[in-house]
Amino acid sequence: MNATVRVSVVALLCLAAAACAKKQEVKPTPPPEAPTATAPATTEGAFTPADLQTNACLRTRVIYFDFDKSEIQSQFSDIVACHAKYLRDRPMARMTIEGNTDERGTREYNLGLGERRGNALASALEAAGASSSQIKVVSYGEERPVCREHNEGCWHQNRRDNIVYTAE
Amino acid sequence: MRMPKLMLALVLASLAALFATQAGAQGLTVQIVNGVPSAIPITVVPLGQQGSGPASPVDVAQIVSMDLDRCGKFRTLPTSEIVQSPTTGAQIKFATWQQLKQQYIVVGTASYDGGVLKVDYQLWDVAKQQMLLQNTVARQGSDLRRVGHEIADQIYQKIIGVRGAFDTRIAYVTMVGLGDNAQYALVVADSDGYNPQTVVRSHEALLSPTWSPDGKELAYVSFEGGNSAIYIQNIATGARRLVSSRPGINGAPRFSPDGKRLAVSLSFQGNPEIYVMDLGSGALTRLTHNLAIDTEPSWTPDGQNIIFTSDRSGKPQLYEIPAGGGSPQRITFQGQYNADVGVDYDGKKLAMVQGNGNVYRIAVMDRSLGGQEIFVSPGNLDDSPSWAPNASMLLYAATEGPRGVLYSVSADGRVRQRLVLSDGDVREPAWGPYRNP
Repeated sequence: MNATVRVSVVALLCLAAAACAKKQEVKPTPPPEAPTATAPATTEGAFTPADLQTNACLRTRVIYFDFDKSEIQSQFSDIVACHAKYLRDRPMARMTIEGNTDERGTREYNLGLGERRGNALASALEAAGASSSQIKVVSYGEERPVCREHNEGCWHQNRRDNIVYTAE
Repeated sequence: MRMPKLMLALVLASLAALFATQAGAQGLTVQIVNGVPSAIPITVVPLGQQGSGPASPVDVAQIVSMDLDRCGKFRTLPTSEIVQSPTTGAQIKFATWQQLKQQYIVVGTASYDGGVLKVDYQLWDVAKQQMLLQNTVARQGSDLRRVGHEIADQIYQKIIGVRGAFDTRIAYVTMVGLGDNAQYALVVADSDGYNPQTVVRSHEALLSPTWSPDGKELAYVSFEGGNSAIYIQNIATGARRLVSSRPGINGAPRFSPDGKRLAVSLSFQGNPEIYVMDLGSGALTRLTHNLAIDTEPSWTPDGQNIIFTSDRSGKPQLYEIPAGGGSPQRITFQGQYNADVGVDYDGKKLAMVQGNGNVYRIAVMDRSLGGQEIFVSPGNLDDSPSWAPNASMLLYAATEGPRGVLYSVSADGRVRQRLVLSDGDVREPAWGPYRNP
């Protein structure tokens, strides 16, 4: 995603939350619905764009992977479930999944691995009822690390899918 | 004896760095990290002044010396040990150079007149007291350093019997800054890292630059449009064309030896597969049909086969497939992870990234020796091997602390030289073809 789109996404998120400043106030508030409980989230009313800022589960936009793996770990199943519900509740919503890897191995192979991770999340969301037309996958391979040290603690943070809403 | 030599090497490296600054090259400094005692001893005497014009703005003797040192086959006499300064064969006192255990000596003169640098030089065999080579090389404008590279090529060919590859260019990617402030550049430079010229700038990642066989174009992957896309760009004019921006991955371009086709890895049909694109018509031929990641295609020199990376067996390994389609054969069996092959000019030597545990090194497999492998880099995160057109040396990328650096290494792995960008991260080296095919 280029900077322009990223900026507009942030702008949309801010509008949805009524004010950017409020985001800071919301953050420390303990979430009323624990993200560990999937059932309440799916049985309660439909999500609205405001929930992207307030719902603790929806606010989680990253999942992590084991080395050279693309399976979604069970600890992230709640996150998959709430984002799938959001996409079900909001048919106009659109999401880009950015697949990423750590620095080990070659850049082009890692592009493939990042895409495989993005596709794994896309498939899980679709299996939970999201439409494939709502989801786009982009792989950045090892090109967008969030951490630049050469150790497992850092590599773990880089092996990830980022969820970016391009329409809410 | 060893320590002074090391210090001299450091002094030479510093001089090179100083020179680079003076020449306005914002590029790479050069450090030799080890040496080979068995290499051929040769002295390149500083050139004498010819005529009354200004002094040459480049030190040709030093360029020649550093080229010869870098390839691992020669060991030049440090400037401080060059006790006499003959500029013609008649002035050479052979007893002096025999005493210094020199096998060859290069002498000559330079003139710099009207922006043209002209060097007359001679190569002599010290033991036989015989002239092996006499030549005049001239260049002007921004090409002055090429005089040194051309002389080094001629000396290399005379003594080794193989065409030299010093007067060639390399491409690489630099990155400065982090996150949204990241600045990427695709740079073309001389084979020793001097004269860097930026040919593409982007705020998004650039990767996988590769040369057309005629050396006029680069194909590369850019994320400037938000997703990977493959471009081909003319280096001299800057004109470029988008050759693939399909949904999914558009990656790993490599020109066929005849320059008419481009092997690529595309995932628009579901997952990364190897395709061959006809550059005239744009038509695609799909070569692989597999749920695995198939990427990093590279042509054999006859254009008949493509070697690529696939993880169809679980981990990435190299496979070979006919360029017109067929069934792939696995060709690597040592090491947990083999990827990103670099094929040399005669197809005998395959350089690759070989990973074992967390250590990734450059391995060279010799297919003419039953697949015997040697490591030519120490690790831990080495990648992007690229052969010189005569396969005497390779370039590769390594990670040192927070930054990426480039190394050139002799084909036997015994001499390595670091090419360091003063600022930022350097990666993805690609060695270009001969300039005059």
